[in-house]
Formats: sequence, structure tokens, C-alpha cells
Amino acid sequence: MSDSSSFALLANATSLPWAEVPAWPVEEFVRATGKEFSRGARLCALFGVPEGAGTGIVAVLAFDADNTLAVARSTAFSGSYPSITATHPQAHLFEREIWEQHGLTPTGHPWLKPVRRGHGNAPANGEFFRVSGREVHEVAVGPVHAGIIEPGHFRFQCAGEEVLHLEIALGYQHRGVEEALVGGPHRATMSQMETVAGDTTIAHATAYATLMESLSGTEAPLRAQWLRAIALELERLANHTGDMGALANDVAFLPTSSACGKIRGDYLNLTALVCGNRFGRGWVRPGGARHDLEPERIARMLERLETALSDTEQAVAWFWDAASVRARLENVGTVFAAQAAEVGLVGPAARACGLVRDVRYDHPAGWHRFAQAPVAVWPGGDVFARARVRSLEIRRSGDYIRDQLAGPADGGIRCALPPPASDTLAVALVEGWRGEVCHVGLTDGKGCFRRYKIVDPSFHNWTGLALALRGAAISDFPICNKSFNLSYCGFDL
Amino acid sequence: MISFLGFLLRLAFWLLVAPLLPGIINKVKAWVAGRRGPPTLQLYYDLAKLWRKGVVLSTLASPGFVAGPAVAWVALISAAMLMPLGAAGGALSFRGDVLLLIYLLALARFCTAWAAMETGSAFEGMGAAREVSYAVLSEAALFAAVLALGIHTGSVSLVTMLSPMAGAGALLLAAGLFTVLLAENCRVPFDDPNTHLELTMIHEVMVLDHSGPPLAVILHGASVKLLLFTLLLVQAVLPMGGLSSAGAAGALAAGVLGVTVAVGLVESLMARLAFRRVPLLLTTAFLFCLFALLMAWKGGA
Repeated sequence: MSDSSSFALLANATSLPWAEVPAWPVEEFVRATGKEFSRGARLCALFGVPEGAGTGIVAVLAFDADNTLAVARSTAFSGSYPSITATHPQAHLFEREIWEQHGLTPTGHPWLKPVRRGHGNAPANGEFFRVSGREVHEVAVGPVHAGIIEPGHFRFQCAGEEVLHLEIALGYQHRGVEEALVGGPHRATMSQMETVAGDTTIAHATAYATLMESLSGTEAPLRAQWLRAIALELERLANHTGDMGALANDVAFLPTSSACGKIRGDYLNLTALVCGNRFGRGWVRPGGARHDLEPERIARMLERLETALSDTEQAVAWFWDAASVRARLENVGTVFAAQAAEVGLVGPAARACGLVRDVRYDHPAGWHRFAQAPVAVWPGGDVFARARVRSLEIRRSGDYIRDQLAGPADGGIRCALPPPASDTLAVALVEGWRGEVCHVGLTDGKGCFRRYKIVDPSFHNWTGLALALRGAAISDFPICNKSFNLSYCGFDL
Repeated sequence: MISFLGFLLRLAFWLLVAPLLPGIINKVKAWVAGRRGPPTLQLYYDLAKLWRKGVVLSTLASPGFVAGPAVAWVALISAAMLMPLGAAGGALSFRGDVLLLIYLLALARFCTAWAAMETGSAFEGMGAAREVSYAVLSEAALFAAVLALGIHTGSVSLVTMLSPMAGAGALLLAAGLFTVLLAENCRVPFDDPNTHLELTMIHEVMVLDHSGPPLAVILHGASVKLLLFTLLLVQAVLPMGGLSSAGAAGALAAGVLGVTVAVGLVESLMARLAFRRVPLLLTTAFLFCLFALLMAWKGGA
């Protein structure tokens, strides 16, 4: 194709006037997007923007090796368009979502059904894929589960203990987050951002704040960026430690299970030490941060952090030293690297397949431009690898916080934001503990949100869980599920 | 012949002491994890609570849903009546009673699996399939162990089979029977009695739909089975022939406590096996018992 089909490039946490986003007729757009995928692009977000009577589709791609993002859109249309999924499966959920939200039909999509649309008191799950045969049986799990977890429905097609196919139906927690943001930012917007996925408060809040700053053409003070980087790693530490404990619990290995449950609380309390909330609510704000780390508090945090880190080191060592644990995790729920790349996995799940994918490294923004954390990668793609990546990241996040606390940035923590630019598209990626959190905001002529798209890492990774179960034993589902530990509400929005 | 009073005392022993064992295991687990843990008598409280509760019955289930646990409980208690209690002997003893004991255990298993399939739930069907698949291997190990004891003592009556020390194969037998005990009573590494994840359960998933008194009966039966296997293991291995009756009773109690604590320690320090590895461990248990049999056969001559 000629120059007319090249995407506009932009860096993470920057913005672009809407008029400069190249727009093509949808066939041309699909062809160009497919071409970029073949060049190694990864899909961050694909969503519709209503325009007059029709809808345009916007694609945000990431070139990880080039450390750059690319964006393009189709002109508004209605009816159907050739499906991208047919050739590039990473678009499959996005195309279903566009079909559900805007009624644009992707022709050739292999499995077109609702993502989270309501139907009475439950989502419209549609038809499930079925396997038939004398020995085949179907197992339905959820949406109400035995533990205190979120609702989701899992439909297994099994031959005896072997899972032939797993289909995951979510949408039970759909709250209308994106719809609520149109016309915003409103008074409640910041709080809503912090509850997109409660355990990823910092990452979503940081993504939103960064996006607002880039729309206003400014940046948060350096010290606020420094604080956000520390908050993000604290969130990662707490959740990864909790996950190690949960994995230990699922394989009935009690020592690590009981210890990690307690240590997770220690990390949450470190977050509370700064901002008064264990999940970091109210810490990050557009234009900076609301709570500072004074020297005295840094000393207290360091002291408590050292204790928590050495406790974690010990609990995780028990886990890896037990041969019975290692044997239980190896070769269970394997996702191959090629599959992971094809469906566009992100975060620890992708890194456990040997893919080097980490927004902090590939698309550094904020404080990560000055201080980088090493990327923890482990080959294998099984539950063992996912647990391994988590325990490596615990150690590296610990080191990172230690280093950053030793050299705080100077200056204030908050600045006033000018009003957001009108008719502008901004993209912010943040590497949350679960993976890439992607926020895309588009403003209208008055600088209010015309469209706000949130992609939680879970949206990419649920498909990975379904793939991990192919040919696995159904009794291995709980540890596979725990090794991904995906968010239901982050997906359902 | 044992008097009626003796029979009643034995029955009371089995009914009242059995629920203590799971409490001790949980205490050991809590102690290793540095927690306080539930009270040792928790299962008694649970049983009392369940007994007072109502029953939720599926409209699909036949009377077998309730009859299954009842028959299983009676079979387990009857099996327990055959098991000698050290010097006191069993409530009932005759030539070949060991075979009846094994068949009563099999009957109890059959009835539990039957009741599990009554509701037509996919979970319970899977649980029943797992339970009976692993039973094939653990029963083979149990038979080999019983044969070893029978050949060693030249008897097929439990009182004579278990009373003398088991000789050189005792160690092999202990390893084999301990593994069978863990498998038969759904303990780690075979099953996880604490898990809430239906898809990984074996025994627990079979009783998911039971509630109230039938569930109480199932839980009590499980504790009786645990005590039964513990006593079988201790008496098959521990030489108590030379002790006075009080000393023998003390040794027996200490042995039971020791095995219970060992179960708790295994559960605290070991992860669960993947299902595909369970047959390997059960086959190993079978081989232990088989070698004990060879020792009894060739070594004893």
C-alpha cells in the first residue's frame, strides 16, 4: 500500500488532534490494520466512535520493539465490514464488543456473540460451543462460586477428566463505566476510575491521570510521577504476594498460603501509610498526587518494607523448595508463546510464555523514563512459569521501591491542569500488576469526553485461560485460573 | 462371647471418639501454620448443629439420596464393630471377619457414590467417578496388606491377625497402609478436605448436595472410617503382645495419636498431587504391601 495507508505514530501518554488520525474507508482500514499486525503490531484497543448516523472504528496498536504506538480510524459507516479476527484472532473480543455496542457486523467473525450485554438479570450469554459424543459431558461452573469471588460462568466440554473446550461467559458485573464517562470528566469520574477494577486502583487511576495531563498538554510534577511509580509497585507487590498465597492454597500447601495472606496485608498497609487507603484510593489525581512521602514517612516505609520483603522471600522460598509444589505446577495449563502472541496476551501471563512485554520497558512514561524495572520473563507458559514470573517480579518491585525511596524527586506534588484540548485523542498505557492497562480518551469540541475506552488487561487475557485449559485436566482448572487471576469487573466494566 | 454391655461400650467408643480425630488433625495444621485453629471438638459442634437442621431435597432425587448415606453409615459402624480394640478385642469376631470388613467398606463406598449420582449434578458424577477409580488401586493395596498379615499369622480372623507383632515387613506394611489411609480418607496428597473448589474435589464433591442430618451422618461416618484405618495401621504394625492390658491400651492410644498427628503434618507440609499422579502413588502403596506379603511368605518360613 501507498503512504495513504500508514498509521499515525504517537508515544505513550501523548495526544494527537483527532483530525490528524488517518481515516480510511473501512475496507481499507481493515486491510491496513492487518498489514500492521503482520509487521508485529499488537492490538491495544479497538473501539467504535459514533459519528452522525454511523460509527467509525479506531485502532490503537503498539509496536513494542519500536517503543511506539500507532493509531488510525475508519470513516463512519453502518452495516457490516470484513472481520479482522478472521486473520488476526487478537481482535476477536474487540469486534464482538463493537458489534454489541454499535451494531457493526464483522463478516467472517467465527464466534460472534455478546460480550456483556444484559438480558434480564444476567448477561445474554448466547449459545455455547458444544461438543457431542457418547463420552462427552458438559460441566457448568458459576456464575455463583464456592469462594468469595466475582461472578462468571465457565462452560467446559469434557471427555472424562480431559477438557476439550472451555468457554468463558462474563458480563455479570457490567456497570456501564464507559457510558458514564461520555460528556465527562464529571465529579465522580476519578472515583469511578479507581473502581474499574478495585485491585488495580493505582494503575487505572494513573492511566486516567496521565491521559488527562496529556489532553491538557502538560505533565504532572516529577515528584508526583515518582510517587505514582512507587504506588504502582506497592500494588504489584501486594497482589503478586496474594497470588502466590492463593496458588499455594489451591495446591493445598499450607505454609506459604497462610504466610502470604498475612504479608499481602502488610503491603496494603504500606499503601495506607501514605494515603490512608489500603488500595491506594485518593492517592493519584490528575495533575499530580494528593499525598506525599516525607523523609520521616520514607524511613518508616523502608523499615516496614524490609520486614515484609524478607517475610515474602521466606514464604516464597518454602513454596519453591517443596518438590511436591513444583511437581504440581509443572506442565499444567500450558499456553505456547505463539498462541500467546496470536491472542495478544499481556502482563505476567505473556511474560510467562517468554514474550518480553512490559509497558514500563516498552513504552515508558512518567517516572519509568528515568528509572526502569527489569522485565521478568520465564519460558514455558505453564502454571509454574506464571508463578515464577510473579515471584521474580516481587523481588524486582521490592528492589525498585528501595532504590526509588533512596533518591526522591524534588518539587511539589500537584499542579493545576489547564482545560483539556478539544477534538483530541490521547492514549495512556500503564503496566498494572495484571498487565497493560490501556485508556484512550477522545474529546469533543468543548473538551469533554466524546468517547472514553478502557481496556483492562483481563480483557486480553481471559482467552489465554481458555487456551490453557485445552487438553488439560478439569481438576487443574482452579490452579490455572489462579495463575492468571483475572478481573471480572475489569472485563465487565 | 462378649457381653451386651461390652458391645454397647464399644459402640459408644466408636460413636464418641471418632469425631475427635479430624479435630486433632486440624489443630496440628493450625499449629504448623502458626494459627490458633478451630476448637478440637469442632466436629462435635458441627454434627450437633447439622442434626438440628432441616434437609433440602432435590425433586429429582430418589429415596436413595437419603438411604445412601444411611446405609453407608451403618456399614461403617458394622465394620468398626469388627475391628479389635487392642486387648479388648472386637465386638464380634469369627473366622474370615476381615473379608466382611473389607466388603462393608466397599458397600459404604458404593452407597456414597450412589447417593452422589442421585441429583444428576455434573460435579458429583465426576466425584463419584474419581472415588471409585482410585478405590480400585487402594483396595488392591488393602487386600495385599491383609494377605500379608494373614500369611504371617496363619489366620483370617482380625483378632489373631492383628495382635502379634507384624515382624520384618512391619515397615513396608506401615508405609503401604499409611498411604492407603490417606487415600481412603481423602487427605492430602490425594484430596484436600479444606478446598472449596468443586472441580478438584473427590470426596467432598460427592456430598455437595447433602444437608442437615444426612450430611451429619456422612461426616460422622467419615470420621469413623478414619479411626478404623488408624487402628488397623497401628495394630498391624505396633508390637503390643508383651504389654499388660493397660500398657497395651496406652500404646494403642499413643499410636492412634501419632498417626493422626502424622496425617496433620503431611497435610501441612506437602502439596496435593495432580490427579494423573495419584495412581502412581497408590501403586507404590500396593507394591509396599506386596513386598510385605513376600516378606511374610518367604521371610516367615
